[in-house]
Amino acid sequence: MNPVQVAGVWKYYGDYPALRDISFEVQPGACMALLGRNGAGKTTLLRIVAGLARPTRGGVSVCGAECRNRATRHSIGILGHGISLYDELSAFENLHLFARVYGLAEPRRAAMEWLERTGLDRVRDGLVREFSRGMRQRLAVARAFLHEPSVLLLDEPFTALDDRAIALLQTLLRDALAGGRSIVVSTHQLREALELATHVALLVRGRLAHTGERTAEMLEDAGWLYRHYGEA
Amino acid sequence: MAVPALRGSVSFLRQSFTIASKDLRAELRTKEALNASVAFALVILLLFSFAFEPTEVETRQISGGLLWLVFAFAGALILNRSFARELANDCLDALVAAPISGAALFLGKAVANLALLVAVELVCLPVFGVFYNVPWTLQFWPLMLVVLLGTWGLTVVGTMFSALTVNLRLRELMLPMLVYPIMVPGLLAAVQLTTPLVMGQPLAADLMPWLRLLVAFDVIFTALALALVETVLVR
Repeated sequence: MNPVQVAGVWKYYGDYPALRDISFEVQPGACMALLGRNGAGKTTLLRIVAGLARPTRGGVSVCGAECRNRATRHSIGILGHGISLYDELSAFENLHLFARVYGLAEPRRAAMEWLERTGLDRVRDGLVREFSRGMRQRLAVARAFLHEPSVLLLDEPFTALDDRAIALLQTLLRDALAGGRSIVVSTHQLREALELATHVALLVRGRLAHTGERTAEMLEDAGWLYRHYGEA
Repeated sequence: MAVPALRGSVSFLRQSFTIASKDLRAELRTKEALNASVAFALVILLLFSFAFEPTEVETRQISGGLLWLVFAFAGALILNRSFARELANDCLDALVAAPISGAALFLGKAVANLALLVAVELVCLPVFGVFYNVPWTLQFWPLMLVVLLGTWGLTVVGTMFSALTVNLRLRELMLPMLVYPIMVPGLLAAVQLTTPLVMGQPLAADLMPWLRLLVAFDVIFTALALALVETVLVR
């Protein structure tokens, strides 16, 4: 069974269908690039897969179970638009908090290990509100990877990242894929996403216009997919 | 069968404690809600003392009501911040996506709010005693019991509606409008029990129905909130 299965998902906001009959699967060790213009439904779809929103119709299963299942949530790592960190807490306190919420056996050790991996161990006691934007983003990456999730859901992960954070994230994502984890990444930054992706899904106004393997044409010409399957 | 249930309960309480300590730590660092609430409560107590003659018997007879009005108004400032604090940086999404039950998240937040509200009330009570010339310490422990029961009711209802209104633009206005009507039975019981206690009189047998009402209010709304909060958080 594939780690991510989306079957016939519809989502209405009032009368407006934000998602219309979306179905796809992501295999172990595969990265699905979720592409589409603003308002296509990428964030809504990722929120449903993450269990942050309920579909109006259809279903999502992650690692073979319903995505709001507590055990399933252990296996999901999410990096959204916001950094999801508390400004009033230190870098260590933030990671320690999430390590405890995820029920890790050694929360202090896990927090310290990820502070070192993201190069933030020297500022472990600094408050997040005093961090530069790049430091905050690296800490957010650490938070998303802290519990070693088997499915990673990333919403515009490269937006506003500095070069160091992009390099760190790309290394972590390549390691994750090599380790057999599954990734769903929504982005406008086609080149970074297509370099990483094994599969693509193009959303146009809430419909899945194309889904399949990433091809050489897509990699050579980032606009190829939009020209062939998107709207003019 | 009993061991997994016990393990589940310990995990639930541990996660609630983690959330409560996070909220308290964050609030004690910024003191945003705490300072506003204490200042607001003291100002109302002062203004009420100008409006009512403290030596009048009638004033003492409504002292319980005045005290709970102060607690309810000042408490709204703390309760409003409870889930609104999670909006910055989309922290609420990270918590809802994590393997923590909505009930554990709610309980942690409610316990942190209770601690903050009780801290505000402990500052208010001596000031109230001086301004209104009442011997509030004579029945200290029964008064503390009533204050804790009433505050827990206010906290549970307020924390639940804080979660419900967190994404509304007018949440500062909506929270009191939703909370106060629902709080009427709880506040009524707390007022009836507080008035004799702050005047130094023990709880008489005829007040026991009010105590039972207050306990029942707390139990019912705690159970309802724990059961419904998951639905409120994931839409």
